[in-house]
This record gives sequence, C-alpha cells and structure tokens, in this order.
Amino acid sequence: MRASPSIHDLGRGSGPVGHLKLADQEPLPPPYDQPGWIPPFKPLTEKEQEKFVCVDDTIVVNIPKPQTKEEEDRLVQTFLGGMRKLFSGADNWTFLQPLVISMEHCARCQTCSEACHVYTESGRNPLYRPTYRSEVFRRLYFKHVKGSTFGRGDIELSWEGIARLIELSYRCNLCRRCGQSCPLGVDNGMIAREIRKVASQELGISTRELHGDGSMLQQRTGSSTGMNAIVVKDNLDFIDEDISEKTGLSLKTPWDKEGADVLVMHNAGEILAWPENPGAFGLLLEAAGISWTLSSELAAYDSINYGAFYDDVQLARTLIRHMQAAKKLKVKKIVVGECGHAHKVLGVIADRILTGDLNIPRESALTLMADIVKSGRIKLDPSRNDFPVTLHDPCNITRLMGIVEPQREVVRAVVPQERFREMEPHGVHNYCCGGGSGFAIMQGHNFPDWRFQVSGRRKMRQILTAFQGLPMDKDHPKYVCAPCSNCKGQIRDMLKYYDAWERAGIGYGGLVELVVNAMVDVKPGFIDWEWH
Amino acid sequence: MPMIPYLVTYAGVAVFVVAVLARIRMFSKMPMHLRWELYPVPHEKERAQHGGSYLEEPEWWKKPRHVSKSAEMTAMGREIVFLEALHEHNRKMWWRSFPFHFGLYLTFTATVLMALGAALAHFAGGSWSAVAGAWQILIALVAAIGAGLVFLGALGLLQRRLTDPDLADFTTAADVGNLLFFIVTFGFALVTFVAFDPRFVLASEFVHNLLAGHLVPVASGAAGAMVAVTACLLATLTAYIPLTHMAHFVAKYFAYHSVRWNDEPNLPGGPREKLILANLTQKVSWAAPHIQGGGEKSWVDLATEDFSQYGEHK
Ligand code: SF4
Ligand code: SF4
Repeated sequence: MRASPSIHDLGRGSGPVGHLKLADQEPLPPPYDQPGWIPPFKPLTEKEQEKFVCVDDTIVVNIPKPQTKEEEDRLVQTFLGGMRKLFSGADNWTFLQPLVISMEHCARCQTCSEACHVYTESGRNPLYRPTYRSEVFRRLYFKHVKGSTFGRGDIELSWEGIARLIELSYRCNLCRRCGQSCPLGVDNGMIAREIRKVASQELGISTRELHGDGSMLQQRTGSSTGMNAIVVKDNLDFIDEDISEKTGLSLKTPWDKEGADVLVMHNAGEILAWPENPGAFGLLLEAAGISWTLSSELAAYDSINYGAFYDDVQLARTLIRHMQAAKKLKVKKIVVGECGHAHKVLGVIADRILTGDLNIPRESALTLMADIVKSGRIKLDPSRNDFPVTLHDPCNITRLMGIVEPQREVVRAVVPQERFREMEPHGVHNYCCGGGSGFAIMQGHNFPDWRFQVSGRRKMRQILTAFQGLPMDKDHPKYVCAPCSNCKGQIRDMLKYYDAWERAGIGYGGLVELVVNAMVDVKPGFIDWEWH
Repeated sequence: MPMIPYLVTYAGVAVFVVAVLARIRMFSKMPMHLRWELYPVPHEKERAQHGGSYLEEPEWWKKPRHVSKSAEMTAMGREIVFLEALHEHNRKMWWRSFPFHFGLYLTFTATVLMALGAALAHFAGGSWSAVAGAWQILIALVAAIGAGLVFLGALGLLQRRLTDPDLADFTTAADVGNLLFFIVTFGFALVTFVAFDPRFVLASEFVHNLLAGHLVPVASGAAGAMVAVTACLLATLTAYIPLTHMAHFVAKYFAYHSVRWNDEPNLPGGPREKLILANLTQKVSWAAPHIQGGGEKSWVDLATEDFSQYGEHK
C-alpha cells in the first residue's frame, strides 16, 4: 500500500498535498491530556491558499503563484540550473562532499524517520518524513543533473512541485537528529538546507524573517532586530542601570575596549526580549574580574547569522563582519553568548572559512561560565534556586558541537541537586525545541499553530514529562533552562500558546540568570517570575 | 567456452576495483567542505561517553588535543561488523540486514581462504597436505554459512521491501531487482554447494586456476556447469555492486571520517588555511539578486562587498 501523500504527489495537481490529522497525534502528558487544553489549529483561508503555494496546512515562504506559462517554466529551469550549481565545486565547495554522499547512498530504509520529532509528532504524516523531500530532490538530481534515472526511480516535474519542495524544506528544523540515526551517514537535515540554498542563492526565494528582515537587515543596520549602534548602546545603558538596581552590584558595560581579553557577542534579540540575560552575563564577567568588551561595529553587537539556516553567501558575509570587529579591537578571543546557531557558525562552521588574522579563537559562553563557577571566584548559594529546573539542550550546541557537560556543571553548582531534572533523552540525543532553523522567529499566517502543535510538540512533551509528579500549578514555579536565544523564543511562545505558566507553573529562562540568582553578593530574587 | 567463467570473473573483479577506486577518487578530490560534525564523535576519548568534544574545554586552542584513534577504529569496526547504528535504531531491519552483510563478509573471507590455500599449496608443497584437509573444512564452513546468511538476509530484506508500507513509496524496481540478484546468485551457490561441491573443492580449484591463469573447467557435466554459472553470477554481481548505491561501503567511510567525525581544528598557520584560501578564491555563479556572482566574483569578493551593492529578493 502506498503512503498518502506519496512522493509522487508533490509534483502532481495543485494545492496542498497533505493535511495534518490531529487525531493521529499521541496525546500530551497531563495536565494537557484534558479536552480543550490544546488551542484549535486555525485553517488557512481560501485567499491565502489562492495567493501562495501550499504544501500542507500552513505557509512559511509565501511563494506567489506564477501568472504565466513563461513564469512557470522560468521557475522550473532556474531551479534546475541552481541544482546543477549545487553539485559544482566552485559554487558549493561548502557542502559538495556531504551532499553527494547523501544524494547517492541512501538505502531508503526509513530508519531516520523515527528519530524525527516533526514526523513522529505529526502523527507520522508521510509528508514530514526526513526522507520525503530528500527522495524527491534525489530523484530530480539523478534525472536532471546526472541525466539517468536508471535504478533510482522517476519523479514528475512541475513548477508547483518545485515550489512545494521549497516550502517543504521549511518543515525541517535542521536539527540533524535523523542524521545521527542513519546507518550510512546520510544527512536529511543538510539536504533540506541545500534545497533552501538553491531557492535563496539562485531563485532569490527565502523567508522574509530570515532574509529581508534578517541577514540583510543585519548587514545594513548592524542587527536583525533593526538596532543601529546608537540604539543598542542606549539599550545597554538602560540594562546596566536596571541590573545594577536589581542586584545591588554596579554594572557598566564596556564598549569597543581595544585590547580586551574577551569580545562578547550576544544575540541582539536578548537585548530586546530578555535584557536580564546580557545584563547577568556582564555582571558575572565583572565579578569574575574578566577583561571584556562589546563591539559597536556593524553587525558585531549581534551574533545572529541567519545564513546558517538558508544561504552560504549570507553566512560568510555576516561572519566576516563579526571577525573584522574582533580583529579591529585586537581581542584575545570571542565569547559567544547563549545563542545556539551563533555557537555553531562561529565555533565550528567558521573553522573552514577563516584564515590569518581573522582566525581569532572563539569560545562558548557555557564553557567560560563553567570555568568561572568551578574556579571558586564567585560565591554561590544554590538554595536561592530552590525550584525544579530542567535543562534544554540546544541542538547546535550539543549535537553539532559536543558541548554537553559545561552547562550541567553550571546547573549542578547553582541548583540544589534534588531540584535538577534531566529531560529524556538529553545531551547529544536531545530533541529540537521545534523553533530550530529560524522557525522561532516565524509568525506568518497560522505557522505558530504548526510550530507549537507539530515541531514543538515533542519539546512540550519532554518538558511536561520532566516535571511529572510535581504540583502543576502557578504556585509551584518550575524553570525550563534554555541557553539559546532561538530556543528560548520558541519555548517562550510555546509556553504562552499552551498557557503553561497559568495552568502548570512552567516558566523559562537562560543559564546565566540561574548563576546570578545564586550569587551570594547579589540581592536575592534576581529571577523574577513576572518575566513570564 | 571453458574460459568464459574465468574471463567473466576477471572482468567482474576488474570492474569492481576500478569502480571502487573511481568512487574513492571522486570523494577524495572534492574540495574541503565546511565543518559539519555530528556528536558523539568516538575519538574524543572519555568525553565520547557523553558525546562531548574538545570544545568543552576552556581555551581549548591552548591545550593539547587528545585524539583516540583506537576508539575511532573500534567504533568503525563495530559499525562495519555488527551494523550498530541499525541495531540501535531499527532492530527489525537489523535482523535482516545483519545476516546479509555478515554473510557477505564470510563469503569474501572464504574466497580469501581459497586463494591463500592455493598459494600455500603451491609454496609449501608436501608439508601443506597435512593441514589441507582441515583448511578445506574451514573453507566449506565459512563459505556455506556465508552464502546461507546472504541468501536468508536478502530474502528477509525483500520480504520487508515488499510488505512494509513505510518502505513501499520509496521502493524502486532496482531495489527489488538488486535483492533478487543476490537471492538468485547465492541460491545458485547454495544449490551448487549442496548438490555438487559440499567441501568446496571445485570452488577452491576454480580460485586456484583463476590465480594461476590455468583456464580449464574444474569439472565436467552438471557440476562443471553449475560452478561456471555460479562463478559468472558472483562475478557479475561483484561488478554491479559498486555501480549502484550499494557502494555505500565507500561513501560510509567518507561520511564518517570526513563529515561526522571530522573535528580537526583549523589553527592559525595550520595546513588547512591553504585549502581554505583555494576554496575562497573560486568564482561563484549563483544568480540571485543579492549575489549575482556571474562567474566573476569570488567567495572573498562576495563576503566582503559593500551591502549597498546587493540586490533585493522578490
Ligand atoms: S537517510 Fe539513512 S536512515 Fe534514512 S532512509 Fe536513507 S539510509 Fe535509511
Ligand atoms: S533535521 Fe531534524 S527536523 Fe529535519 S528531518 Fe531531520 S530530525 Fe526531522
């Protein structure tokens, strides 16, 4: 029996090829097993479906439908041309080898499907298999790039199939958990990103959030939040004041200090949405006696690099700006704040792009925090964090960088032992928060419904499971520690969507907040549950 | 006519070797890609227990790096022999795939034993005859178990391919054909073994003749014909494997060593910088409005150009 939708359906007919069957989803743990506790999934309007290409019950990319046959043909031919470039060493040295391995050697055994939270939490909708989009792309590759379908299977080609494939590449969190389980080393997350790359780098199709309001805005104004250097400095002044007042310790964030040991790069989203995070980090560095600075150079006060999610050229552009700022200040190292994708870009990906005096060492804030905590330079009282804590492992930091223990060393030092509850699975086998690959900032149409009822549902399940056995009400606050801005954004929005603070007393925050909350020299009560 | 099975076998082995070498060459000549590792990485010694890396170490670039090649070899060995990833993540498939692959290793081992036996008989002369009998029993055991496992494994895999609804949508005629090819080939081998060559003497003689260039039939009548057909089938299969996705034994090496486990740091002044510069100076032809490479701009040009030059996405 063929699955529905079949991979062949992607290139056939028009309109959505598959629909979510919410009844097929496994119920969430208590108290969310009660009827009426899951918000309704808003259907797309007819107008939305008429205007944009649809592959399922939501829309992310907003691909307008071509108006003429010429436009349709151009879409197909440009995509195929882009695909060919993907297999050229000059245009795609960045991923050529892993891509060819993944294209040519999948055994189509479906082992990876069970590892994917999107597929399993969708009620095992075949459209969301890690292999669905990969197999369509693979067949297009053999047919139109290599020129032979012999032994590989055929696939229909239509403009709508191509457009749907692009839209479908935005139903993957790029968390690479599926890759971890593949016996042959095939990487379906990477394939999804390569599809996004063809769309962006050749067709100029991407999401507004990642491109126009993301990487482009960052390269133009200095930050994807739109903050220029003057605004960001103003904001930090305000944060300094607020943190000083709140903690009783004085904080004055240093800017552009030449020769500082450490250039700190925060995700600028923290500055606007969670000012306590950069504030707490500054306070900790000061207390530990570290020579540090922020940079007001273009893009350097925002560690965001959305190219990581869709475009290698944009990735390289932002990266170079980050590194030029560090070089200008002659710092000894860059410390990347609590932002997962910035960790991965600066810590790992950059390692095959930087040379000479731009190749300045980069380090994780989690590692530095663990070092400070272990050094005994700060007096800590874990009893100040006397509430249940669970730890979310950002995929980019754990599975893709192998930074697993430092954050646990910190938690163990600042939270009473019996209060810490691991999620299962955790560490490098964790599940994505559901906001990975840029989803956390995507709010268009009814995408939040999909984000919280499909891609984020496994994380919600893990959080609820970690706190099972505890009173699930607001009088018993529980803390989800998420040391990554994107994850934190997803978890914030998801807890709100499920009204989890009011109904179950579940709040969230970063890691450094727990440290500062436990600092003996700080006025008690740094963690303010009202944030939630 | 009697030479045909030998010629087919020579050709089969030659195609296999050339195709495998070509694939290795293709992967090794590809440019160095971005770092894209996936943890756990086994050579990270004790950190591998929790999936950690040297990046957990404060100021890791100032400290010696401890890489355990033996841990990496052990992990690779366990993966090759026991198919550990499949065992962990897809037990149903493992019950079919493990005997299939292990059977292939045994079949290969038996062939090596036959070749070795022929060489030893040639060089050791009379003293070899004392162990020749035991050697032949060993060959027969390894070959029979190997062929049996491949046959059963391939049957199991085919049954799963044809009945599991999760696989149906992705299954191609070639997937079914490939498994049938194994079933027929190893089915023939088993019939030949049971009916005509229970001690694998004829098969051993065939290998001996093949090495010695002595291209004569190993037996007359039905036995000779069955050995000839089996040899032709095995040789054709050997040639066919590396031309398909079943060459994943080559790709897997690169997938693990060059991608998943490649965490080699690029320290300033290190050997990777030259490769990076070679990559960055390549010309780009991506045509989106914000790139417009046109085959003129290099990666360095693109990464450092003024943002006001970029075009807008639609
Ligand atoms: S990607 Fe790997 S696990 Fe998934 S179907 Fe292909 S070979 Fe199997
Ligand atoms: S990368 Fe993550 S979200 Fe994407 S298919 Fe794989 S497991 Fe699913």
